[in-house]
This record gives sequence, C-alpha cells and structure tokens, in this order.
Amino acid sequence: MSRTIGDVILDLQNISLRFGGVKALTDISFDVREHEIRAIIGPNGAGKSSMLNVINGVYHPQEGAIIFRGEERKKMEPHRAATQGIARTFQNIALFKGMTVLDNIMTGRLTRMKANFLEHALWLGRAKREELEHRKKVEEVIDFLEIQHIRKTPVSRLPYGLQKRVELGRALAAEPSMLLLDEPMAGMNVEEKQDMCRFILDVNDQLGTTIVLIEHDMGVVMDISDRVVVLDYGKKIGDGVPDEVKNNPEVIKAYLGAGH
Amino acid sequence: MRFFLEVLISGLLSGVMYSLVALGFVLIYKASGVFNFAQGAMVYLAALSVVGVMEKGAPLWLAVIVAFIVMTLFGIATEKFVLRKLVNQPPIALFMATIGLAFFIEGLAPMVFGSDPRALDIGIVDEPIEAILNRWGMVISKFDLAAAAIAAVLVTSLALFFQYTRIGRALRAVADDHQAALSIGIPLQHIWAIVWGVAGFVALVAGMLWGARNGVQFALTFTALKALPVLIIGGFTSVPGAIVGGLIIGASEKLAEIYLPPLMQSAFGGNFGGIEGWFPYVLALGFLLVRPEGLFGEKHIDRV
Amino acid sequence: MLYREAGQFKSSYAADQQLFPILQDRVGVLLLLAVAFGVVPLVAGEYWFSAILIPFLIFSLAALGLNILTGYAGQLSLGSAAFMAVGAYAAYNFQLRVDGIPILLSFIGAGLTAAGVGIVFGLPSLWIKGFYLAVATLAAQFFIVWCLTKFPWFSNYSSSGVISAQKVVILGHTFASPREKYLLVLGIVTVLALMAKNLVRSSTGRAWMAVRDMDVAAEVIGIRLLPTKLLAFAVSSFYCGVAGALYAFCYLGSVEPDGFSLDMSFRILFMIIIGGMGSILGSFLGAAFILLLPILLDIVLPWLAGLFGLPFSNATVSHIQILVFGTLIMFFLIVEPHGLARLWQIGKEKLRLWPFPH
Repeated sequence: MSRTIGDVILDLQNISLRFGGVKALTDISFDVREHEIRAIIGPNGAGKSSMLNVINGVYHPQEGAIIFRGEERKKMEPHRAATQGIARTFQNIALFKGMTVLDNIMTGRLTRMKANFLEHALWLGRAKREELEHRKKVEEVIDFLEIQHIRKTPVSRLPYGLQKRVELGRALAAEPSMLLLDEPMAGMNVEEKQDMCRFILDVNDQLGTTIVLIEHDMGVVMDISDRVVVLDYGKKIGDGVPDEVKNNPEVIKAYLGAGH
Repeated sequence: MRFFLEVLISGLLSGVMYSLVALGFVLIYKASGVFNFAQGAMVYLAALSVVGVMEKGAPLWLAVIVAFIVMTLFGIATEKFVLRKLVNQPPIALFMATIGLAFFIEGLAPMVFGSDPRALDIGIVDEPIEAILNRWGMVISKFDLAAAAIAAVLVTSLALFFQYTRIGRALRAVADDHQAALSIGIPLQHIWAIVWGVAGFVALVAGMLWGARNGVQFALTFTALKALPVLIIGGFTSVPGAIVGGLIIGASEKLAEIYLPPLMQSAFGGNFGGIEGWFPYVLALGFLLVRPEGLFGEKHIDRV
Repeated sequence: MLYREAGQFKSSYAADQQLFPILQDRVGVLLLLAVAFGVVPLVAGEYWFSAILIPFLIFSLAALGLNILTGYAGQLSLGSAAFMAVGAYAAYNFQLRVDGIPILLSFIGAGLTAAGVGIVFGLPSLWIKGFYLAVATLAAQFFIVWCLTKFPWFSNYSSSGVISAQKVVILGHTFASPREKYLLVLGIVTVLALMAKNLVRSSTGRAWMAVRDMDVAAEVIGIRLLPTKLLAFAVSSFYCGVAGALYAFCYLGSVEPDGFSLDMSFRILFMIIIGGMGSILGSFLGAAFILLLPILLDIVLPWLAGLFGLPFSNATVSHIQILVFGTLIMFFLIVEPHGLARLWQIGKEKLRLWPFPH
C-alpha cells in the first residue's frame, strides 16, 4: 500500500498550558493530517514533550481546543485517547519494569480485550480464546521489530536501545491510528537509529499510521518527516515542509542564536 | 462553654505533643525522602534509655546526655547500615524497611533496659494551674503547658538552626534536590547522619515529655500512629505544618471524644468510647480529599 | 539433569500460556497437591493440624490477598487484618441471620462483604499513593476494629464483641476434627490460589502490574486507573475476608475484634516481604516462614541459653522474636527484595544447569 496524505485528523487551536506561574506553551496552533509524519522540533525546554502530553491528555491546557476526528474538546483523558487510537512512547522510556517483553507488549492490547476478571480467574472460554488471539497479534509485532529472542526477558535487563524498541512495540500492539513518538532515537548509535527509522517509515507506509514525532537529530527529521513544526520557549516559530523550515530565519536564530 | 474551652485547650496542648513526634518525621522526610515509621519506636527507645540509665543511679542530666548519645549513634548506624544500602529503591521499600527498623527497636530496647512500665520524673507536676482554676474554673494542667512551652522552644530553635547555620542551609539544599546538592560538594551522608541525630534528639524530647506524662512503656511507640494523620494534614515537608496539624488533631480528637459518643449513643444505643483511636485518621482522609498535599506541603507535578 | 526444559518445545501459543509451562513444574505441583490431600491427612497428628498446618494455610491465603494488592497492583496496605475481621464477622452473621444458608455460601458472602468494604477504603487510592495510601489503610484498620467492638449488632450483643463460630456443616457432614478442617481449608485455599494464579497471568494481572510499575504510562495505553485499583482492593479484600472467615470457623473457633490487630496486619505484610512480592508461591513461603520462626526460636533459644548458662525468660523470647522479625525485614529488603520466591527461582535456574557449573 502506498500512502496518500489525507485530511486533517488532529487540529490544535490556540493551546496554552501553565504550571503554576510557569508558561510551558503559549497560544500554539497546528494540525496533523492523516497518514503523514509530522515532526515537532525545538531546543531543550521548548515545550515539545508538553505538546505531546496535551495531545494525549496527560496534561490539560488552560486554554485552547483539541479537535480529533472532528470532535472538539477542551481536554483529553489519557485512557480515552488510547481507546480512540492514539498511542505513544516516552522520552525517558516508560516500560513496565517488573514485566517481561511479551507482557509489556501484551498490555498494548488491553483496551481491545473484553473478558472480565471473573472469566480470567476461572480461565473460561472467552478469556482463554482472547489471550490466544491477542498473543498472535503481539507475536506479529515482535516479528516486525525483530525481538523474538528477548520475548521472555524482563525489560529491566535489556539495553537501552532494545527498551526503546519494546516501547515502540507496546504502542504498535494497540494498532493505533496515530502514534506519538517522543525522541525515539535519543541516545542510540547510528545503526540503532537506522533500524528505528526503518521501523517508523514501515509503520507509516504499510499500516498508514499517522505519526507525530519529536526528535533532535535534524538529519533524521528532515529526511523522514512530511511537515515540521518548530517550538521555542513554548511558542510556535515555524511550520511547514522541511525545506521551508530549514530556511526560516527565526528557526535558524533559535538554533544558532542560543549559542549552541 | 467553659467546659468546651477546657476540652479545647487541653486538646490543643496535647496536640503540641503530637507535633513533636511529627516533627521528627518531617526532618527525616525533608532531608532524605524517607518516611520513617520507626519514629515512634525511637521515642520509646529514647525514654527507655533515660529511665534505664537513671535506674543505674545516674542523675537526670547525665541520663539525658547518655540517651542523646545513644540516639545519635543509633541514627548514624541506621543511616549507614540500612538506608544507605537502599538508596535506589522505591520510597515504599524504604518505608517498609523503617517498619522493620521499628520492630528491631521494639525488640532490642526492652531487652537492654527492661520492659516494665516505669515512671519518669522530670520535675514538672501534672496538676491544674491554680490561678486559672480560681479565676475561670477551668482545669488546665501545668504539665501540659510546660510541655507546650518546651515544644515551642524546640521548634523555634530548629527553625533558626535550619535558617541560619551552614549545616541548616546545606540541609535545605539536600531537601530540594539530592543530585544538585551532591554536585556542589555537599556531603550527603554527613547531612543524613546529622539529620538522624537531630531526629533522635527530637525523639528524646518527645520521649521524656510523653514518658513523664504517661509513664515509660511500650505504648510510647503508638505516638507514631498519632503523628501520621498530623503529617497528612500538615504536609510531609513542612515544619509549621507539623505544628498546626498537631494542634488540629489534638483539639479535634478531644472534642470528638467528648461530644460524639453521646450523639451516637442516642442514635444507636450502646457505648461508643475510644473514638480518638480512629478519628484523626478519618479527619486526615477527609483532608486528603480537599488538599492532597496537606496544608503547607508542596504540590507535586508528575513529569513524563 | 532432572530439572531441564530442553527438548520441551512449544508448538502453539496455548501450550506456552499454560498455568505451569514447564513439565517438571506441573509434575511438582501435582505431587505437592497429592501429598497435601492424600498423605498429610494420614500421617500428621492433631498438633500439626491445629497449630501449624491450618494457620499456615489461612495466613497464606491472607498473604496472597495482600500480595495481589501490594505485590501485583503496587498499593501498600497496612489493614489486612481488619479485612480478615470483616470476613470473620460477616460469615458469623450470615450463619446467624440467614436461615439454612450453606456454610460455603457464607464464606463467599464473607469475602464479598470484605470486598465491598475494601472498595470503600480503596477509593482514596484515586488521589493518593505510596505511604499516603498506607496511612489511609491504617484508618481502615482502626475504624473497622472499633466498629466491630462498639456496634453490638455485629457480635449478636455478646460481651466485648466476642463471637463463637457456628459448626461447619457441609451436605449434612460436620467438619469437627482438626483433620477434616484441614482438608476443608486446604481445598478452599487451593482453589483460590489457582484462581489467583490465573488472574495474575491474564490481562487483569497485567493491568495491575502496569499500574504498579508506572501509572502514567498505564493510563496512556488505555488503563483506567481507578477501576483497576479498586478491583485490586476488592479481590485482595475478598481473599483476606475468606481467610478471616476460615480463621474464625476452622482455626480459633471464637474470636474478638481486637484479635485482628495492627500487629497481625504487619505480620501479613512481613510474610509477603520475606516470601516475595508479586509472587503467588512467595505468599506461601512467607507465611510458612513467619509462622515457623517463632516456634523455632521457642525451641532454640532456651536451649542456647542453657548451653551458655544465661538467665532466661519468656519475655526475652518474645523480644528476640520481634527483634529477629525486624532484622529480617531490613535484611530481605536490602539483600533480596523479591524474597524467598526469588531465591527458589535462582535455585531452579542452578538446577537447570546442574551438574555443570555454567
């Protein structure tokens, strides 16, 4: 399946977020189109992660509106975002440390499982059937990410790069229509980055998943994203296709003027 | 009305004693993020050391000095052999370790100093203040008033200590951010040892006051259970919170104990004494609904 | 060479998701059950049943309940004994007030009553965590015991709240002897333990562990925190409630509210710390350890004192017991936070390689 970029599915309008007196985001608007790879970039502390947290409801903005699939709301609730098909990964890996790789990825299927706890306790027909069906799905994800060999390993014993991959697996297991990735390649070596890029592009291409991505590696961002939004000090300073953004004087100033 | 005031005042005064125990929790929690369940056991250990040494024929002042040394050594040992080894564990594991510590003390202390309940005389009598009795007809205990005064002096001097001494400043830095404090060269372990020493001293004062009032006995360990709701109301990190929380708990549980049972009795029949055993907890739970961070605590923002 | 999974290939996901995927474990569990049901009743004496085996099973069940809440769902509770009390008093009242109700139904009712109370006291877990929550569960501990003491209805107006459990009759047969009571308790505990094992390997268990390990991430993948936590409180209290009912009906016979003290709650907590948090097996190992240790000390200490000619009193034994508990808790938290269950697992891994060193 070759992808065609569709209509706007997520529209963020005039989002402002404060923590006490600290302004994290000020009056930010941008949209995400179906099937595209949308990058959010900006210097440290620009509010990128906060932006993702607003999209999937971990943070609630004081002002602004979020329109997802035509439905407008002032704030999201995380579990509702999940049931509506938004999955994400975190900057500082948020895996469930006490569980194996398999169990971690199985949690990605939780919202799709219907059996209740009594059926689980008695291991009745539906509970057993569901467990097998979803296991099959999860094994597909495991094959896709090439992590068959660590299936039964507790995640806390895995190296950093693999943990990042497992976290992507947990998000993919939910079969999301939109995937939020918070620095999926941070701290990886070149080879691991290439792998991760390949996975992201494949997901986008084969499954048609819309991807919103935060990344520091400019080479990667400019290569794989369709459109880029640039934040600085919680404000939007640029938005457009990679070439446009690259030549935007304000963006150049934010990156070079900061003295880095 | 006079009776109400009498109950209120005696409640407030005994609340000061709760504050004293709560203060020990706050100190350790601020400096090391450990919720020290063993604070009540430390109060017991301190009081027991004082009477234990006095039984050997030592005068009060000497016994207090010995007890102070015992508490400080004990604090340092706890820091070195238990808490330091649990540094990267989740807070709940540290909390459970302090429950273990409490059991350790509760087993060890009576083995060394004996377990019979004993009286401790620190020279203040528990009798009504005559002037107040004659003038307003209210019974206010001399002892309670003196205890409150001692607690007030202790709290003030601790506040000054933290505000104006080098160690105090270092301690506040540690409380704000362990890593940052470490990186500018504050020796974390020294600070923790000092804090455990100070907490031991607070336990000593609390132990002597409680011991002199109710006798030195195992029940002293329950002071910790009284201090927990105080902390919830006041906030785990706030010294003024511990004081105000103590006063609120002290006053409200006395009032509840006096005024609730007759009401319940007329509603259900039977005898409903002993409300003060749970009332502070239910009050604290109600408080949590309104202000989860406590009166003076800091609001916590989860970062992801 | 005996404990080997080499050669046991799983050809379907179903085979990989069995209760005990490794053949030797399956055989081991069956063997253990066969001994517990078939051999023990033939060889054990009365003392063993009523002083060791029955309390061991009952406390294992309570520890299992606490382990579900604390070890799997990550919510610390210091009020387990109070939920046992609810179970004991509920079972008593069901027997007393519902005509002709089968005793097993009363036990289930006891569990459900405790579950209901557990949900109420679990509600604060929505907005508080960690030791704040622990303090809230202390409220349950004190409040419940006080209620049972002060409202005479619960104990059918007996003095100071003491109740005497009714006879245990199932299908016309009275379970009177310690041996029969042991078998009844064993049956109930076995069923409930297998159900717990099923729960924690299913998506219910995964949701609990997700909340335990990282609640923000759990919410982001679609887990609703409050229902998940409340379910843990309910199931945990159900187990404690049934344990409490068995404690009254099959162990002590008559109980009073004060017997379900904070100290008992702490002991149950110690069982899961030493046995292993987040382990069904650990609940049993921990219960055995905490119950047997005092018995062992009772025997060893006077003997040691006699050996060295030291003065000795019963008070000293109880002090040493408390001291040893405290020390062990700290020791396990520092050295092996996953408890005896983890040691058992390490032992098994060694056995897989045996007789080769690597």
